[in-house]
Amino acid sequence: MSFLNSYIYYIGSFGLIFIGLYVILIKHNLIKVIVGLGILDTGVNLFLISVGYITKGTAPIFSRPGIDSEYMVDPVPQALVLTAIVIGVAVLALALSLAIRLYQHYGTLNLRKIREQRW
Amino acid sequence: MRRTVAILLLIILAVGISLSLAKIPFGVPKTKVGRYYINEGVKETGATNIVTSVMVSYRGFDTLGEVTVLFVAAIGLGAVLTTGTTREIKKTEPASLVLYTGCRLLFPLILVFGSYIFIHGHLTPGGGFQGGAIIASGFLLIYLGCRERRISRIASILAESLGGLTFVVIGMLGLVFGSYFLLNFLPKGTANALFSAGIIPIIYIAIGFKVGSELAGIIDNLIEES
Repeated sequence: MSFLNSYIYYIGSFGLIFIGLYVILIKHNLIKVIVGLGILDTGVNLFLISVGYITKGTAPIFSRPGIDSEYMVDPVPQALVLTAIVIGVAVLALALSLAIRLYQHYGTLNLRKIREQRW
Repeated sequence: MRRTVAILLLIILAVGISLSLAKIPFGVPKTKVGRYYINEGVKETGATNIVTSVMVSYRGFDTLGEVTVLFVAAIGLGAVLTTGTTREIKKTEPASLVLYTGCRLLFPLILVFGSYIFIHGHLTPGGGFQGGAIIASGFLLIYLGCRERRISRIASILAESLGGLTFVVIGMLGLVFGSYFLLNFLPKGTANALFSAGIIPIIYIAIGFKVGSELAGIIDNLIEES
């Protein structure tokens, strides 16, 4: 159980990353591929946050004077993930707009039926 | 065939990653720089939220790059979706009375809450990116509830450009008053006060305006097209 306790966050975040990668590799529907991209994004964010975590950690905010800074978690991955979330939203929106245009052009979202995309 | 190849690839990846992850212990401090920021951040930047001081002060240039990525994504979305011909607003079924009234009631409250989040970014959890996202969610609510309302394109572009310009100009002023880009040239004040931490709240307010108007513009583009 100690193994699970110490690695459950890594396992969970990489589980999300692998689910996302599997969806991207297997699915033929473009919307499902974009959903997989979103899941992968969430997994990466969760992994970065869990790397910076400290056991019994608190947020790195000195909300009142004299607060103990012993157990504050690493602020650097949090600052990275903060922007990564917003950028992830913008990239998803960009991907969806490309999907809208593809649908208007080919009349389908199936990647097999889109001629130039056959593999 | 494709499925087996993909599963094999993922298994190989999983084995490699788990072998390397086993070397990374969970729950212990790993970087010295994070500890340095926690110990010295309040003294050096005046912001009590260490994440904010990392975002805007220590790695402010990095944040400028990330804001640019967001800007490019929003511009790309507009370029892909804009057809050039002005489309007439389609007649949609109006929202129900509950949704309509609720949106009109909630919208100003959401705006105030978002502004609170990004104005107090250096004191409490929050900041420009989060406050901007909350404000954009308020605009999404307006698009759901009052379906014929549209945000003004000019006001959106103005808020976005002013936000970006404020960020860059304040960074340049650091070169004027001191030695490097994004130097904190204003007095830092006392910690835990609203007017403290020098340029950090100003930059975060600019980021809040920029992110809010960009995400609202993305919502506007997607709804106009669909």
